[in-house]
Amino acid sequence: MQHNIYVYIFVMFAVTYLIRVLPLTLIRKPIKSRFIRSFLYYVPYVTLAIMTFPDIVQATTAPVAGLLALIAGVALAWSGRSLFTVAVASCAVVFITEMIIL
Amino acid sequence: MKPENKTWFLRGMRDGTPIMLGYAAVAFTLGIAARNAGLTAGQAFLTSLLNNASAGEKAGFTVIQANEGYLAMAVMMLIINARYLLMSCSLSQKISPETGLVPRLIIGFEVTDEIFGVQMNLPGMICPWYTYGVIAMALPGWSLGTYFGVVMGNVLPANIVSALSVGLYGMFLAIIIPPAKENRVIAALVLLSMAASCAFAYLPVVSAISPGTRVIILTVAISAGAAALFPVKEEDGHAA
Repeated sequence: MQHNIYVYIFVMFAVTYLIRVLPLTLIRKPIKSRFIRSFLYYVPYVTLAIMTFPDIVQATTAPVAGLLALIAGVALAWSGRSLFTVAVASCAVVFITEMIIL
Repeated sequence: MKPENKTWFLRGMRDGTPIMLGYAAVAFTLGIAARNAGLTAGQAFLTSLLNNASAGEKAGFTVIQANEGYLAMAVMMLIINARYLLMSCSLSQKISPETGLVPRLIIGFEVTDEIFGVQMNLPGMICPWYTYGVIAMALPGWSLGTYFGVVMGNVLPANIVSALSVGLYGMFLAIIIPPAKENRVIAALVLLSMAASCAFAYLPVVSAISPGTRVIILTVAISAGAAALFPVKEEDGHAA
């Protein structure tokens, strides 16, 4: 079955907006459960790591370029560079690597 | 507009300027992901205008590309954007009780990691006009950046598109690596998550699981395991 792209976009919007706006309008107290707080605390790190690898290696024309971008990105982020710098440097590593090997 | 509201609005625009620039660059690479998933520039623009969520939108495009069901999309958004629930709970403590429903609906619309960050940095209660100023900068940067990512992604040479397609992952690394440096549990979780994701992508049997479902299953399993084994201290709870 082929799905309608606008229904997809609406579902994305509806769920995301409710998550954001319900605490501001209805739930005016912080969440008490330590387990749920811990779960929500870990989710962004886990989910971003899952989406980054191995996808970064599959996104580039040459997989090794993606791997080098991953290493460079980790090194730059580790040394405290800004989000913008890390993103641009990752792109530059792929561009240069593929220019050399392809 | 009252003079004090104008002052707050301008201050919001000032703080929103670096956010706009960063968003525009990252949204451009998100646009390339949208194009790969088969979205038009208009559809990608609409998605970014309504969602303002890099990880959420990237995951959503994965679901669209795999032609998975609407329920899978809803569950995916619920899991990936669950952290905004925590942020909104924190934000609700910084909004004066007299604040009406409409400002709350607008502030809630643009709860992102960066905008949450600048709002929490303010002393005292948040003036909604400050948030409107930040949104006035960030939202066009994000949505137009996505639009041009799709449009330019079509005309740029293949080697440029290949290079730009990792920009989004670079941004993800910039978010997860600095906390991993400070916190060994997060560092171990990042490594474990990448290893598990790689295993699920290539090993027989589990590689049959679609990419969208894989992200949901691994996120819930690993985060729940970590929450049970390493519950965070009270003061850390707001840091996500």
